[in-house]
Amino acid sequence: MNEKDGNQQRTSPPNQTSGGKVNRRGLLRVLGLTAFGLVPLPVLPRVLQAARGGAPTTRADAAAARTVDGRIRQWTMIIDLRYCDGCQSVGKPPQCTAACIEGHFAPEPMEWIQVFEAELPGEGTQFIPTPCQQCQNPPCVNVCPVAATFSTPEGTVLIDQNRCIGCRICMAACPYDRRFFNWGTAPTPPEARLADYSAEHQVPVKKGTVMKCDFCPDMARAGTLPYCVQGCPHDAIYYGDLEEDIATNGSVIVAASRFLSQNQAYRLKEDLKTKPRVYYIPGHGEAVGRDPFTKGRQTTTWPWIERAKGARVWKR
Amino acid sequence: MSTRERLERAALAPILQTSRAYYVWVAFLLAVIGWGVYAYSVQAREGLVVTGMRDRISWGLYITTFVFFVGISHAGTLISAILRVSQAGWRTPITRMAEFITTVALICGALFVIIDLGRPDRVLNVILYGRWQSPIIWDVLAITTYITASIAYLFLPMIPDLALFRDRLAGRVAPWRTWLYGVLAVRWEGNSTQWRTMGAAITVAMILIIPIAVSVHTVVSWIFAMTLREPWNSTVFGAFFVAGAIFSGVATLIIVMAILRKVYHLEEYITEKHFRYLGYLLAAFGLIMIYGNLSEFVTTGYKLEGEEEFHFRQLFLGQFAGLYWYYFLGGLVAPGVLVLLPWTRNIWGIVAASVLVDVAMWVERYFIVVAGLRVPLMPYEPSNYAPTWVEWSIMLAGFALFALLISVFVKVFPILAVWEIAEEQEREKEPVARRPATEPALAGIQE
Repeated sequence: MNEKDGNQQRTSPPNQTSGGKVNRRGLLRVLGLTAFGLVPLPVLPRVLQAARGGAPTTRADAAAARTVDGRIRQWTMIIDLRYCDGCQSVGKPPQCTAACIEGHFAPEPMEWIQVFEAELPGEGTQFIPTPCQQCQNPPCVNVCPVAATFSTPEGTVLIDQNRCIGCRICMAACPYDRRFFNWGTAPTPPEARLADYSAEHQVPVKKGTVMKCDFCPDMARAGTLPYCVQGCPHDAIYYGDLEEDIATNGSVIVAASRFLSQNQAYRLKEDLKTKPRVYYIPGHGEAVGRDPFTKGRQTTTWPWIERAKGARVWKR
Repeated sequence: MSTRERLERAALAPILQTSRAYYVWVAFLLAVIGWGVYAYSVQAREGLVVTGMRDRISWGLYITTFVFFVGISHAGTLISAILRVSQAGWRTPITRMAEFITTVALICGALFVIIDLGRPDRVLNVILYGRWQSPIIWDVLAITTYITASIAYLFLPMIPDLALFRDRLAGRVAPWRTWLYGVLAVRWEGNSTQWRTMGAAITVAMILIIPIAVSVHTVVSWIFAMTLREPWNSTVFGAFFVAGAIFSGVATLIIVMAILRKVYHLEEYITEKHFRYLGYLLAAFGLIMIYGNLSEFVTTGYKLEGEEEFHFRQLFLGQFAGLYWYYFLGGLVAPGVLVLLPWTRNIWGIVAASVLVDVAMWVERYFIVVAGLRVPLMPYEPSNYAPTWVEWSIMLAGFALFALLISVFVKVFPILAVWEIAEEQEREKEPVARRPATEPALAGIQE
C-alpha cells in the first residue's frame, strides 16, 4: 500500500509544476541544506574532541600520589572534636576557616571548612569543623549532568569550574550543605587573578559555577598539610593516607585505623551511606579546657573586601 | 449555508480578519517580554546574584515555573491522545487547542531551565559531556523527545486542515502564507491512500505520546526525588507530579478554550458540554491530588522521621502555611465543589475553578521547590528566599511568551480540527453504526 502511494506521489508532481519553479525550489533546497550543514561546524571540533574522550577543559591531570610501593594514596581527614573549641580560647574566628580562606582565596561568603555549633544533649554545644566530606559514594557526583564534579583515584571529589554549567543540582544533592555557588563576581584579591586554574586549586573564581573544599591534594602531594590543618591552633585536625594507614596533625603522627577505632570515631550522617572520608572523634573541646556551656564563636571575616574592585557581596 | 461551510468559515476567520484589539494585545505581550529580556540581560551581566536564590535555597521561581510549564503541557496529551485512544467524540473541537498548548508550554518550560543556569553559555556541555546517570540528562532526553513527538502529533492531524487552508486561501492571503500552507500540506489531496497512511501515523503517534508524556513529568519529579532531601524523598513523587501535570493541563486548556471561544466566536463548536466534561476531568484529578497529598503526608507525618517535623511545621503552620492551605482548600477542594454543585456547573464556574487550579498548581510547585530546600541539613538557622524583581519580570515574560505564541499560532494555523469535527458531525447525524469509509483511526488499527 505504501509503495503504491509513493509511486503515485512520484509521478504526479512534474505534470503540475512548471520547470522554472522546480529549479527555484531545487536551488532553495540546496541552499537550505547547505545552511543546515554549516550551522554545526563551529562546534564540530569540540564534539569530535569530546567523542575522543579528550577534554578541552582543565582537569586534575596531575598523576595520583602513590606510596613507596606504588599504591594510590587515599586521602583522609580526622577531626578530633575533643580539641576543637571553635577558637573560643584564641578569641578569633575559627582559624581553620580563616587559613582556608587565605590559602584558597575562598570568596566571601564561602566557608569551605565551616565550624558549625551543634546542640549537645543537655544545654551545651559542640563545635564541628565541616569540610567537604569527600564521600566515596558521592550524591553530588551521581547527579552532575556534565561530569563537572568527579571522584578521583585518590578518593577526593573535585569540581571542574571550566565545565560546570551552574545547574546547581549538586547543591540540592549534597546532604552536608558543603557546596557554594558563585552567584556573582565573587570578591577576591587582585593577585588571585594571576593564579593558574586547576580543579585542585580553584583560583581564580568563575562566575556562575559551584565551588567547595578540594581537600588540598596538590599540597599533600607536595608534602605540606592542608591550610585548615596548619591553621588549627589546637592541632585538632589530622590529615593522612588510609592506604598507608597514617595521619598527622603536624606535630603527632598516628596510625589512622588504630586512632579511629580506639577513639570511637564516627562520620556525619553515617546512615545515608555516602561513605565520607572525613572522620570525627566525639568531643566538645574538653581537652583544651572548653566548658560546653560557653556558647558562640566569632564570625568569619574575609580580609580583602576593600581590595576586590567591582565585586558584589552576598550572604549565604 | 451548510454546516460544513459554517465550520470552514469559523476555522478560517482568525486568519482572514484581525482586529485592532489583537494588535494591542500582541504589543502588550511584546512589551512584557521586552521587559523580561531586559531583566535577563541584567542577570546575564551580573550573574544570578540579582535573584533571591542563594546557596541554601538554590532553586526558586525559575525551576518552579519550569515544572509548572511542563505540567500544563500535559493538556494536549491527555485531551488529544487519551481521548482519541478512547474514541471520545466530544473531544474533536478542542484537540487542536490542547495540542497548541502542549507544544508552546514545552518551549516556554525548556527556556526556564536555561534561564536558571549559572552558565547558559555552556548549555552545549549537556550534549558534549552528558552523563546518562544524571536526572538532568533524563530530563533533557525526555523533554526533547516530548517536544519532537508533540510537534509531530500536532502536525499529523493538522495536514488535512492545512490542505484546506492551502486550497481556500490561495490568492486571498499574503504570499508567505500561501507558501507555508503549500509546504506544510505536504501534497495532501485527500485520496483514500493518504487518509489511510495518515490514520496509521496518528494511531502510532497517539499511542507513543502517552508513555512519553508520563515519562516526562516523572523524570521532572526525579530531579528532586533523586536527592537526599527529606521532603523530596518520596516514591509517590513521579505519579503525584504526573497527576498534577494533567490537573493543571486541563485547567489551562479550559482557560485558553474560554478565551478563544469568546474572541473567535466558536460558541457553535465549543459548547457548555465541553466545559462540563473537562470540568468533570478536573474534579476527578482534584480527587487524585487530594489522595496524593494524603498518601504522602500521612505516611511521613505519622512517623516524623529526621527533619520531617521541621518541614511539617513550615508547611502547615509556618512560613508556607498560607500557600499550602490556599493550594489545598482553594486549589483542590474549592474547584471540585464549583464543578460538582449544579448551580456553579456552568462556563463561568468552571473557568473560575480552572483559574484557581492553575494558580494553586504553580503555588504547589513553588513550595515543593522552596520549602524542600529550606529544611536545614546542618546545624544552621534556616534560610529564607524572596524572589527579586528580576525573577518576577522573567517569569511574567515567560507567561507572556506563552500567551504570545498561542496568539500567533491561532493566526497562522487552524484552531479547529475541521475534518475531525466534520466527521463527528456526520457520525452524530447517522448514529446507525456505520463509520465513514475514510475514518483514519479505524483504518490505522486494521493495518
